Amino acid sequence: MSALLEVSDLSVEFRSRAGTVHVLDHVALSIARGETLAVVGESGSGKSVAAFSIMGILDDAARIPNGQVQFGGMDLLNANRRDLDEVRGREMAMIFQSPRTALNPIRKVGHQIEDVLRRHGPVARGDAKRRAIEALEQVRIPDPARRYDAYPFELSGGLCQRVMIAIALCCKPRLLIADEPITGLDVTTQATIMDLLAELGRETGLATLLITHDLALASQYADRIAVMHAGQVVETAPTASLFAAPRHPYTAGLMAATPTSTTSLDALESVPGRIPPLNADLPVCRFAERCPRRVAECDDPGPRFDADVQAPDHYFACRRPL
Amino acid sequence: MSGLATIAKRLLEALPTLFGVILVTFMLTRALPGDPAVFYAGPAADAESIAQVRHAMGLDRSLPVQFASYVEGLAAGDWGVSLSTGRDVTEELSRRLPASLELTLLGLLIAIVVAIPLGVLAATRPNSWVDHICRIIVTTGVSMPVFFTGLLLVYVFYYLLGWAPAPLGRLDFMHIAPDRVTGLYLVDSLIAGDVEVFRASLAHIFLPALTLGIFALAPIARMTRAAMLDVLSSDYIRTARASGLATRTVLFTYALRNALLSVLTTLGMVFSFLLGANVLVEKVFSWPGIGSFAIDALVASDYAAVQGFVLAMALLFVTLNLTIDLLYAVIDPRIRAAS
Amino acid sequence: MAAASTFTHARYVLGENPLTVVAFAMFFVLVLLAAFGPWIAPYDPLASDTAIKLMAPSAEHWFGTDHLGRDVLSRVIVATRLDLMIALSAVALAFFGGSVLGSLAGYYGGWTDRVIGRVIDTVMAFPLFVLAMGIVAVLGNSVENIVYATAVINLPFYARVARAEIGVRRESGFAAAAKVAGNGNIGVLARHLYPNILPAMMVQLSLNMGWAILNAAGLSFIGLGVRPPTPEWGIMVAEGAQFIVSGEWWLAVFPGVSLMIAVFCFNMMGDGLRDLIDPRRRT
Repeated sequence: MSALLEVSDLSVEFRSRAGTVHVLDHVALSIARGETLAVVGESGSGKSVAAFSIMGILDDAARIPNGQVQFGGMDLLNANRRDLDEVRGREMAMIFQSPRTALNPIRKVGHQIEDVLRRHGPVARGDAKRRAIEALEQVRIPDPARRYDAYPFELSGGLCQRVMIAIALCCKPRLLIADEPITGLDVTTQATIMDLLAELGRETGLATLLITHDLALASQYADRIAVMHAGQVVETAPTASLFAAPRHPYTAGLMAATPTSTTSLDALESVPGRIPPLNADLPVCRFAERCPRRVAECDDPGPRFDADVQAPDHYFACRRPL
Repeated sequence: MSGLATIAKRLLEALPTLFGVILVTFMLTRALPGDPAVFYAGPAADAESIAQVRHAMGLDRSLPVQFASYVEGLAAGDWGVSLSTGRDVTEELSRRLPASLELTLLGLLIAIVVAIPLGVLAATRPNSWVDHICRIIVTTGVSMPVFFTGLLLVYVFYYLLGWAPAPLGRLDFMHIAPDRVTGLYLVDSLIAGDVEVFRASLAHIFLPALTLGIFALAPIARMTRAAMLDVLSSDYIRTARASGLATRTVLFTYALRNALLSVLTTLGMVFSFLLGANVLVEKVFSWPGIGSFAIDALVASDYAAVQGFVLAMALLFVTLNLTIDLLYAVIDPRIRAAS
Repeated sequence: MAAASTFTHARYVLGENPLTVVAFAMFFVLVLLAAFGPWIAPYDPLASDTAIKLMAPSAEHWFGTDHLGRDVLSRVIVATRLDLMIALSAVALAFFGGSVLGSLAGYYGGWTDRVIGRVIDTVMAFPLFVLAMGIVAVLGNSVENIVYATAVINLPFYARVARAEIGVRRESGFAAAAKVAGNGNIGVLARHLYPNILPAMMVQLSLNMGWAILNAAGLSFIGLGVRPPTPEWGIMVAEGAQFIVSGEWWLAVFPGVSLMIAVFCFNMMGDGLRDLIDPRRRT
């Protein structure tokens, strides 16, 4: 399987009044063509920052001291703005949480789709409108010709997210990054949006990087799952293998905290403790403070990421795995 | 939904403000310490003419009745008679208003043309030299007394360099004012096809307008910068960047249009300052507008004229605010839909 | 701990913007001039001597002399007290009036809020400097009335801040606790709520000072309030204006620059204070 996107050794830090915040620490991720990878973690775990660094839309205060992002043979971190803009929106696209604020409030949604279409290819004027309506149709928006003229505030949150998806997919990209795509939508809409994403992914052979705090959601839609904690990837494995035998204590904790059809809500535990402040001196394993299995060798320096002996595509970063 | 309904709604909303403004102006005429009739009759009046004025002003009647007749008089165009010129206040004001408007509008134009690009540049390059220059201009701009800016410009461009004509009004004696169509010399001279008068008017209005422009530049640049910074960190700009849209599109079609909406809402405050500053600039440049008229009236204790001036300025300001509101409603689809 | 972190924050703010330090230093100089001006001034600010009228700046007269032969430097120095006094009294009145009106509106809400809000809106419906002109015209042409007029046009800004800040704290736990402890409405408002909004009001005060000085000086520039031969920056600029066209710049420039420095100083201090107290509002 050749990787479409390969993130390796990526660190990101923010400089702030309170000192340097180490938001990502040697993160590695990869996605194959057509695959869905879910990145799961609590808020503050750095999953969105990872997505933003791939897209090159990090805040100005961010610095990338080391790391590589390869996308279809292109070195994204060292690409110039012009080359990057050729790729963004055409080869890879992104949708965000709270779709209502992610759309330009004073521009018709149809025009917002056209802006992207025009940017990434010569499109005749009349043709742009037709293709924009097609894009709306593709994401199952009823009455697309009328919605073309709508402003974001005239649409529900679910419809706005469909418009976002239409914008993201109108140029038929190979990779879609979905950053908490259903957060803030109501429950019934959540399922339809996720089903739509899965369906469109299958139809177009799209690879998806799904960012979510919801392990259950990830298990339902992802081929593989990467678990992040405090800016570190702690475990990566195919979904089935991860759920069958989580190796990292944090993953196990997350699973115990996730409701499934077999556990009742009362049996739910939450992972004790909180993500450590990332502007202080950090231990080698950032989960150590919260970990029930911590031993002295956890604090030894040196590489920690290991592949499982029995399952070579199951990686974890723990000196005392389950 | 329709534009007309929006306009009607805004006009209705302005009515209480209008009422308040007229009430305050009315109270100003009645709050005079001592006998208003004495003041209005002027320093040279004898007892008989004071009694006449008292009766004419209706000061012997109850306050609500007085207010009603005051409003009635205003509506009928009776704003009183100016003591110093002996003519109707409305006539005096309407004769001078175009001079003030021309000056204010040109000043505002200069401010906008400089301030908006400056604010945008500063916001897109935080902590660069443009941003520092913007900050220096803004802090100096809000610290400069507008009459002092005007005098400095006169000293440099009239006395030292000799580029500008003497600060003595709209035209010098060698030129005859163009036939009145709009009352704005720049426009009327062009309508008359008189290029020379146009150039003379432009030369005369340039320094006072520049003075006002420098004054209004600071708040507009600051607002533009703040609004741009705000918009540039918004979610939809992130979306636009993630879609690979060209920098130009992101900056102008997406960011600037949204930022200008917030600049527009704060423009009302700028007008408030600008109309006040206009009075001072008119004095510095002997500009024959309503500000100079009011200053002369103040010095001569010509109260009817001063009250008329205050009311006229307030009405102008209310109208300008209403125009901003309407413009906003036309531009912003969210407001358009709400009404 | 709290004091230490405030100190660190203050150091950070000052380090970030060295102009704030300069502004505080200039403010100190202004206060000195206002307090001891008559003793510092090298000449009598009112003593005229037509033999030396309109002399350009020289070793004897650093800022030159005016059309009556008075020493401009002495007049500029002595004027500091009057200018600062006018602005300070006006702002103090506006601060007091705005606090009372705004707090009442924010605390009681309902029709109290509507009436006060309507009054404030009506004041703001006038171009403020023009309203000040009208007020001085009505009350009479005196320094005192310039103070009142400037206070009236500054009041809405304080009232709005007070109204908003009291409004968000009205339902807070400590207000309820104070009420339960047996305090009356006015007691809760004055002793428990109002102290909490003081920082915000102080920021508004320092941001407002410069504007108040400009307005007062503008009024005296057009011939209201201060009368010759009293030294005051606005009227000195007005007197010097007629000599600008014949090149005697020092008459208007020195008082004008003093005015500018004073306003600049207050604006910078205001910005610094805002950063210190409320970093989020930085622009």
